[in-house]
Amino acid sequence: MTDNAIHAQGLTKRFGALVAVNSVNLDVPRACVYGFLGPNGSGKSTTIRMLCGLLTPSEGKIDVLGLRIPEQAEALKRRIGYMTQKFSLFDDLSVRQNLEFLATVQGLSRHETRTRVDELLQRYRLDDRQQQLAGTMSGGQKQRLALAGAIVHKPELLFLDEPTSAVDPESRRDFWEKLFELADAGTTILVSTHYMDEAERCHRLAILDTGNLVADGTPKELTDTLRGRTFVIRANSPRQAKATLDERPDVLSVAQIGNELRVLMREDKVTVESLRSAMSDVDASMDIESVAPNLEDVFVVATRKLARPEEQAA
Amino acid sequence: MNLRRLWAIMVKELRQLRRDRVTLAMIMGMPILQLLLFGYAINLNLRNLPAAVVDQAQTAGSRAAVQDMLASGVIEVAATAQSPQQLVDLLREGRISVGIAVPPDFERRKLDGREAIQVMVDGSDNVVQSAAAQLAQYPLNQPDNFHTLAPTPISVVSFYNPERRSPVNIVPGLIGVILTMTMVLFTAVAIVRETERGNMELLITTPVSRTELMIGKVLPYAAIGLVQTTVVLLLGVWLFRVPIRGSLWDVYLASGLLILANLSLGLLISTRARSQFQAMQMTFFVFLPSILLSGFMFPYAGMPLPAQWISEALPLTHFMRLIRGIMLRGADLGDLWHDAVALLAFIAVMLTLAIRLFHKRLD
Repeated sequence: MTDNAIHAQGLTKRFGALVAVNSVNLDVPRACVYGFLGPNGSGKSTTIRMLCGLLTPSEGKIDVLGLRIPEQAEALKRRIGYMTQKFSLFDDLSVRQNLEFLATVQGLSRHETRTRVDELLQRYRLDDRQQQLAGTMSGGQKQRLALAGAIVHKPELLFLDEPTSAVDPESRRDFWEKLFELADAGTTILVSTHYMDEAERCHRLAILDTGNLVADGTPKELTDTLRGRTFVIRANSPRQAKATLDERPDVLSVAQIGNELRVLMREDKVTVESLRSAMSDVDASMDIESVAPNLEDVFVVATRKLARPEEQAA
Repeated sequence: MNLRRLWAIMVKELRQLRRDRVTLAMIMGMPILQLLLFGYAINLNLRNLPAAVVDQAQTAGSRAAVQDMLASGVIEVAATAQSPQQLVDLLREGRISVGIAVPPDFERRKLDGREAIQVMVDGSDNVVQSAAAQLAQYPLNQPDNFHTLAPTPISVVSFYNPERRSPVNIVPGLIGVILTMTMVLFTAVAIVRETERGNMELLITTPVSRTELMIGKVLPYAAIGLVQTTVVLLLGVWLFRVPIRGSLWDVYLASGLLILANLSLGLLISTRARSQFQAMQMTFFVFLPSILLSGFMFPYAGMPLPAQWISEALPLTHFMRLIRGIMLRGADLGDLWHDAVALLAFIAVMLTLAIRLFHKRLD
């Protein structure tokens, strides 16, 4: 028995010629909220499905809760919860009927089913809607129901595949509260997202890009590696300043946010002063400030790192 | 297999079905509608079929014979024709259903005891066919009954459809047709729908086993199939006085076998179809040969050998033999064990294939 809930090595999945997941190594500690950050099509769902035993990996070893996957996938299914990307409960059953069905299928007794469903309805504020058909509820309500359905049997490990992609910001915040509640109670949670603010909330996260795991660690570890490489420039003519910066070989990316430019350097050799003198012929009055890197910067660095060799090859 | 899980799946299926008004209406409406449609044809009282007469003999005897046929009320003169060829044209155009041709040598043919009158029938219509048979029964000897009656005084030439069928044959067969149509489709669609809506991805991450899932989905429909059988039987007996000469138990046993055969076929389809539309197409791919080759429409004996091979592979063929034997000839399942065993074998093969092909995986 390891400390890790999930341990995967060299995990690869090919669909024909397409490599959806490429040799991913992954360690997810117990009772932690672990994030998968990546754009659409980066292999997040495929990885999650392989870890649940729904897809057979083309290569690699997976160990989840001490079980070899996919060989022991059936034994794993009693111990995990899985919330699919698309709402997958039954639209034409009521809220209560959905939960009762899942509880029975997960092997809860008649009595356990009743008390557990009542408890979940209350905890996820669905008790006044228990007779409503699931298909007629709002996005946030469906999402709470789906989460309740995924944890009806109190799983040790919970997989959530982009759980908040169809939900308003308040429901998202509310949803993350529920996730931390579960993690505090000892549940390990693996959640995929393409929102930076959600990724920042995770205890640890992995960044996936076109099937490759390009960075992983705690959010702080990840941002610390970029210390001294991020600047904010306030200029009178930001478009012109951006054009000049884009030509510099040591600039990795420039993003305009309102009137500000967020500049990310390839290395931490540049200071505010050297940057100011270099830019003085464009706009002498510009205001340059060194700022703390955020996850978006990490994401840009991680995904560019991979793209560069391809550019050279082309 | 866990019985509580199995029960949960069945309850879920029935609850979903209860909310699906259209499917529910189909389940009850289809047998009733089909029975009434087919039954109307069975019950049709043959009167006033459009006819044309060509009397090339123009003797007292020939006119009397024609008058006799008209007096039966089965046919009514609707067009005039000068030659037998015109009768054929009128038939083809659909303006008449029956053409009566009296040859110039009518009297001599009658004396020789040969066929003296030809009745041409539009064989594309089954009902008209049986009318022709009725006309053939009319004796020709009334005006001059001192002549000996020819054994077959009128020859019936049936166009387009060489076979004749007793209407009573239709209702027992109809049970099979309705069960084939509904049972295969319902199960095939029921599982593919879950895949399409994404429910399957949730179900396969639960501890539900393949067998539990398949059986739990199929059993509610088996019950529905028995209800449909009962509806057709009740209406068939009440409205059309179809006999049940064998035991009712055997009727239900045979129907049960067909239901299970069709449900396992539906399951097999559901493991291959990617969408509900595909499932429907595959169902009709099986349904059409079932209707045409099972003996419901055309007799098995008249089919070419390759068609008979296909026919043997269809569950409806064996059910047709079982149900006609039991209901009409008063046979029991023991007499017809060949076909019962064939159905059992079909169920075993289909169910095994379906469970093997269904994976609790997405790839």
